[in-house]
Amino acid sequence: MLEEVSVDLPATPESISALKLGSIVYLNGIVYTAREGVYERILTRGGQLPEGLTRASNVNFHCSPAAALQQDGQYHIGGVTATASFRFSKYLADWLDLTNTKIVIGKGGMPTDDYKNILAPRGAVYLTTVGYGTGALLGRGVVGVEAVHWLDELGIAQALWMFRVKDFGPFLVDSDLQGNSLFAQQGELVNKKIESLYEGLKQPALHRYGETHDRKDELM
Amino acid sequence: MIQNDTIEQASYEIMKQAAIDIPADYLSGIKSVAEKESEQLSGFVIKTMVKNYEAATEDRRPMCADTGLPRYYVKVGDDARFEGGFTGIERAMRSATARATMDVPLRPNRVHPLWRTEHNNNVGINAPEVEWSFEPDADWIDITTVHKGGLFGTDYRMLFPGDGIDGIKRFLLDTLISFGKRGLCCQPAIVGVGLGGSKDTCMQLGKQAACLRIVGDRNPDPKIADLELELAQIGNGIGMGPMGFVGSSMVVDLHIEVGHTHTGGMPISVHTFCLSSRRATARIHASGEIEYRTDPKWFTPYHRRETVAWEDK
Repeated sequence: MLEEVSVDLPATPESISALKLGSIVYLNGIVYTAREGVYERILTRGGQLPEGLTRASNVNFHCSPAAALQQDGQYHIGGVTATASFRFSKYLADWLDLTNTKIVIGKGGMPTDDYKNILAPRGAVYLTTVGYGTGALLGRGVVGVEAVHWLDELGIAQALWMFRVKDFGPFLVDSDLQGNSLFAQQGELVNKKIESLYEGLKQPALHRYGETHDRKDELM
Repeated sequence: MIQNDTIEQASYEIMKQAAIDIPADYLSGIKSVAEKESEQLSGFVIKTMVKNYEAATEDRRPMCADTGLPRYYVKVGDDARFEGGFTGIERAMRSATARATMDVPLRPNRVHPLWRTEHNNNVGINAPEVEWSFEPDADWIDITTVHKGGLFGTDYRMLFPGDGIDGIKRFLLDTLISFGKRGLCCQPAIVGVGLGGSKDTCMQLGKQAACLRIVGDRNPDPKIADLELELAQIGNGIGMGPMGFVGSSMVVDLHIEVGHTHTGGMPISVHTFCLSSRRATARIHASGEIEYRTDPKWFTPYHRRETVAWEDK
């Protein structure tokens, strides 16, 4: 059976170092969302972080909620789902340094080099959402909106949301403090069979760039 | 005479149903895939997804917060009469999209491709897409909505007749492997393969094959039906399950749609729907009564006709 753990937030160094690849994780406390809109605003254009963010939370969720502002001024959070994290590599080192974030949550993990060079040296790990469509289960885990920043400027999908969460999950541990990656390990196992899948299938007449990396090549 | 308000109401309701309720055919399909899954991580992912469908239906909240690019497929019977004309139908569907975005809520994903500006309601230039088809001897309007993610799991290639079935198999493997890694295409999924047509038709056919045919449905051409089963098996034989973990759960079902194409070519497209397979259909009868279902019944015999004149046999 896969191990199941519950982590109180902000996460302590001890609770993070105890996370093992492939463990199932549930979170309690405050997580914040930030993706390219927020990264660009703060890191590229030199904006200020919201007051109190780094004290309240050290968990960055690559997420855009399905949310709507109700007439009573409260936010209706329906589903909550992660977006693919690999696109945010270039921001991550600066972002972790600035915010002291220790857990990054998203879809699909990040390259192993990012774990080895960026996350692990900063005492941070990566959790992946499960299946990627568990919007309803994760939505249930959001018990309140603590704050939302730059909603007008960035829109619902890109705004920085601070969610109060309870039994928020499940997530799977993708990286540990040694920089190992569950996705990479699983990918290597899958790769062992890939060559044999193509055995006996003839090549198409017209090739594509990507099959050759030299743009001076003809594709016929 | 079908009222414009009825069309709006039906369009709104299917937006809600698509986002929240997993179609029965997909649910039983994924359960049978799960029974064959022997890997622990892949099995855990599928079990969690099934719990997620239950939570969505219980709470009336979207299965997935990325409610994709909501869009419509409309089939109008020859004898259907409706107020407001065709632009009235389009206006009603835009209104329903905006209302559902606020009420369900759906994520307002739609932004201008360059300026990234949005209206916070999933409506904009060429959005939502509306594809039209027609049906003889019918007085109803069928409206289907599909919420499909927009980023991963689709590819197109111009193959040639000499590339044959090998070319199709290679391209299917290429697409499923490249987008299956780390589960970017949210497998296990219904896979659609478009073959032939012009390039844009080829893309449309593949998408419709993935999104508008239910699990277990077979192409009426028996040889194509056999190829559907063979390709599905190839997909599940890759050794990859949900999230790209080791496993056998890649394809819940695979559908092929064809279109007559240029004599020199065999264009192919591959599309993967997702773990939430969000589709819902409303039939608006001439009386104004609305019936809801999850089988779009898009590919009617008339739709797949290959002769000049149409005679239902």
